[in-house]
Amino acid sequence: MSFITVHTDQGVQQLPAGSTVADLLAQLNQAKGMDDTALATAVNGEFVPRSERSQHTLNDGDAVLCFSAITGG
Amino acid sequence: MKPWHIGDTPLTSRFLLGTAGYPSPHILREAIIASGSQVLTLGLKRTLAVPGGGDNGFVDIIRATAREQGAHLLPNTAGCRSAREAITLAHMARELLGTHWVKLEVVGDEQTLQPDPFELLDAARQLVSDGFEVLPYCTDDLVTCQRLVDAGCRVLMPWGAPIGSGLGLLNPWALRTLRARLPHTTLIVDAGLGAPSHATAAMELGMDAVLLNSAVSQSGDAVRMATAFRHAVQAGRTGFEAGLMPTSDVAVATTPVGGQPFVLL
Repeated sequence: MSFITVHTDQGVQQLPAGSTVADLLAQLNQAKGMDDTALATAVNGEFVPRSERSQHTLNDGDAVLCFSAITGG
Repeated sequence: MKPWHIGDTPLTSRFLLGTAGYPSPHILREAIIASGSQVLTLGLKRTLAVPGGGDNGFVDIIRATAREQGAHLLPNTAGCRSAREAITLAHMARELLGTHWVKLEVVGDEQTLQPDPFELLDAARQLVSDGFEVLPYCTDDLVTCQRLVDAGCRVLMPWGAPIGSGLGLLNPWALRTLRARLPHTTLIVDAGLGAPSHATAAMELGMDAVLLNSAVSQSGDAVRMATAFRHAVQAGRTGFEAGLMPTSDVAVATTPVGGQPFVLL
């Protein structure tokens, strides 16, 4: 099995080739039991809607960022 | 007071409240209630994939209080430096918060946090075509504002002064000009208001509403300050609707004494 590496705010992650954004989130949050509907995601600066996470295949070297709501002015 | 609109949504409160920097979620909640605000702003931030992690429950309180009060959420794109970043963040906000409203912020200068009019306009054009109700945070520059209206923005948010400065209305003439030249555009003065009197002054100029955050959240008593601003906004708007008297560079006698009381004509 070949692997890819992607960059996240939790460090470099290694995933099987063909993994999706949904796979990455599952890996990142496996231990936390989180609800990932409270996250928004972007790959290389482009928004990836929740409905497309399980279809969006990651490439080696991609940067995946997660955002959540905070207080603001 | 007469209702006003953001897009097609009628509102009665003309006081939009920011939610950052409050001492506790409880005080934030009480301040929201005291303000009577029907629009609450939020931001988005990169997270270590732990939603709500580390915010001490502020966002949950905002959502719950908004539901109770019938208030709308207005996410911003704070921190963005380019149209591309702002567009991405706006789409994220729409998904996370379930609203097509966005307070569009694209900063062009680090010291003043002055909006970048070129990136702002690019982002506004794209987001309007993507179905957003775009509320751009802009300067009071008339031509920039006209271009934003041309791009499809029905609401503009010109600054009173730089964000968080508390300096009040630095250029009332520019705001008055915006009001006169854009009579059909909803104008919300955003940023720089530090005292209730600043809000009153903005409303007396005919602005449709004000948005502020730090003046309330950084007050020693945020709840009372929210109350003060609520009254100040109402006073200014009521005065505007009643019609301010014309000003004069010379005195105009008020008491009708008919000249000097002891001088024979």
